[in-house]
Amino acid sequence: MKITLKMPKRLNRSWGVDVLLFLLLGGVACFMALPLVFTISNAFKPIDEIFTFPPKLFVRNPTFKNFTDLVGIFSDSWVPFSRYVFNTFFIAIIGTIGHVILASAAAYPLAKIRFPGRKLLFSIVVLSLMFTAYVTQVPNYMIISYLGLINTYWAILLPAFGMTLGLYLMKQFMEQIPDALLEAGKIDGASEYRIYWQIVMPIVRPAWLTLIIFSLQSLWTNGSVTSHKYIYSEQLKTVDYVFGQIANGGLVRTGPVAAVTLLMMIVPITVFIVTQSSIIQTMSTSGLKE
Amino acid sequence: MPGGKPGRMLRSKAARVWTEMKKNRHAYVLMAPYFIIFCTFTVIPVLLSLVLSFTNFNLLEPPRWIGWQNYARLFVQDDIFLIALKNTMLFAAITGPISYIACFMFAWLINELPPKLRAVLTLVLYAPSIAGNTYLIWQLLFAGDSYGYANSFLMKWGFILEPIQWLQDTRYVLMILILVQLWLSLGTSFLAFIAGLQNVDRTMYEAGSIDGIRNRWQELWFITLPAMRPQLMFGAVIQIASAFSVAEISIYLIGFPSVDYAAHTIVTHLVDYGTIRFEMGYASAIATVLFTIMLTVNLVTQKLLGKVGE
Repeated sequence: MKITLKMPKRLNRSWGVDVLLFLLLGGVACFMALPLVFTISNAFKPIDEIFTFPPKLFVRNPTFKNFTDLVGIFSDSWVPFSRYVFNTFFIAIIGTIGHVILASAAAYPLAKIRFPGRKLLFSIVVLSLMFTAYVTQVPNYMIISYLGLINTYWAILLPAFGMTLGLYLMKQFMEQIPDALLEAGKIDGASEYRIYWQIVMPIVRPAWLTLIIFSLQSLWTNGSVTSHKYIYSEQLKTVDYVFGQIANGGLVRTGPVAAVTLLMMIVPITVFIVTQSSIIQTMSTSGLKE
Repeated sequence: MPGGKPGRMLRSKAARVWTEMKKNRHAYVLMAPYFIIFCTFTVIPVLLSLVLSFTNFNLLEPPRWIGWQNYARLFVQDDIFLIALKNTMLFAAITGPISYIACFMFAWLINELPPKLRAVLTLVLYAPSIAGNTYLIWQLLFAGDSYGYANSFLMKWGFILEPIQWLQDTRYVLMILILVQLWLSLGTSFLAFIAGLQNVDRTMYEAGSIDGIRNRWQELWFITLPAMRPQLMFGAVIQIASAFSVAEISIYLIGFPSVDYAAHTIVTHLVDYGTIRFEMGYASAIATVLFTIMLTVNLVTQKLLGKVGE
């Protein structure tokens, strides 16, 4: 195992192709970065620059006025702004944790335990990914209202716990784990629950760190899309609902809206950077000597 | 004896399954919470929608059973659906494979960078999926007057003399839609591939180089791709789902309905009937047809992916 520490990274690599490939990567990256650059620079534009035609990508006279205006708008709010912030964080965090844990718990048996019904359950999961959500909205509403979840956090949290994507993603990653490793755990007397939590989960760390990004992003930014359907009381609404209201304020509000767009992006991006840089190579065979 | 041999065999099989199930009860306990929720909020709505596709349902009156009428109407009477079908197929045939390969290539390139740089580059490439206002940039680029970036560039260099109405001209809208989708395409499967590459056992590369693998392309085909087969399958399903259910970018960028239905897709057709005309039965039939198409494409793709690295 000593040899692996030297990272056989430069194996089979030639400098020429390296340079060429990374030039390509750089070029594409510049183009892909446009929305980020645009959003950041827009948030600091004074009102006349926002309306310049044709619009400029970069800001010329940066100002914090959009942000101070935003604070002014919030101070008029009927429900304290902190309440909306709490709702958003609560839904995003609890929803993500619940989804990651429940989906991986269900993925482990599907990937590694042979039990009757395994194939059937898995194909139902994959099939459901192919069905468009536009027509299931009405049945979904009927179910949520039948269960009495209208106007509670659960109307958003419960469906988020059971999203399809997470189970599928986790199952695919768990499939790569060598069976011998799990056998070893069993021989040492670990229960299935322990194997799941202490052997499987640490190995598929890159998978659930990625899943956190997906789940958090969808709960954070699409919160309003689902929440306005099931949640009517003002105290339970999320930040992006309020931001939507601000955007409806017309031209005067264009500056604050630019600021809002930037603010809404900060949390997903922070989570993104933290999770992406903590995806450390976990070899599927670490701890296994053959 | 009534219920002789076949009956007994059936019973013994049931008994065997039951002991298997009892032996694996932990599996069911682990799965229960997720699957109860999943069935309630995903499986039941899908089943309900499949049933609704055989009814006439306008959300006000109770559904009325009409058999295959919705489907017959879809293929025989609805010309616009056929346009939507053609557009969607063309769109998916181009964006699906290209964005799938792009997702993998970029993930593969980024994977060799040190973690910090990798995180930043991943973010930049994923940016279009994370930023909410992406349509704005394309609207600027393809604005119909001479100030639009595309027009002003082409006019400055003398390729055209008059601005092109990019987003209104039926000759261009579908192409623009494809371009924007490709730009947006480094999404879910891209991140899954990046994580997947991290899970590939490093020692295999050493073993491979001893076994005579000479360059990075051989390494890719014989080691990396086969080791990533689970992620590749996942990515394919996600890409198929997103390539065939394109709607939002068409609605926001080109308009709804688009000029002469040039950018009309199956899902925008569905949105039309489901949320504007309130013909839920008909909308469900559209969804079912789309579902069948995606399923077929998925089966073929999974077959092809099984051959990777052989």
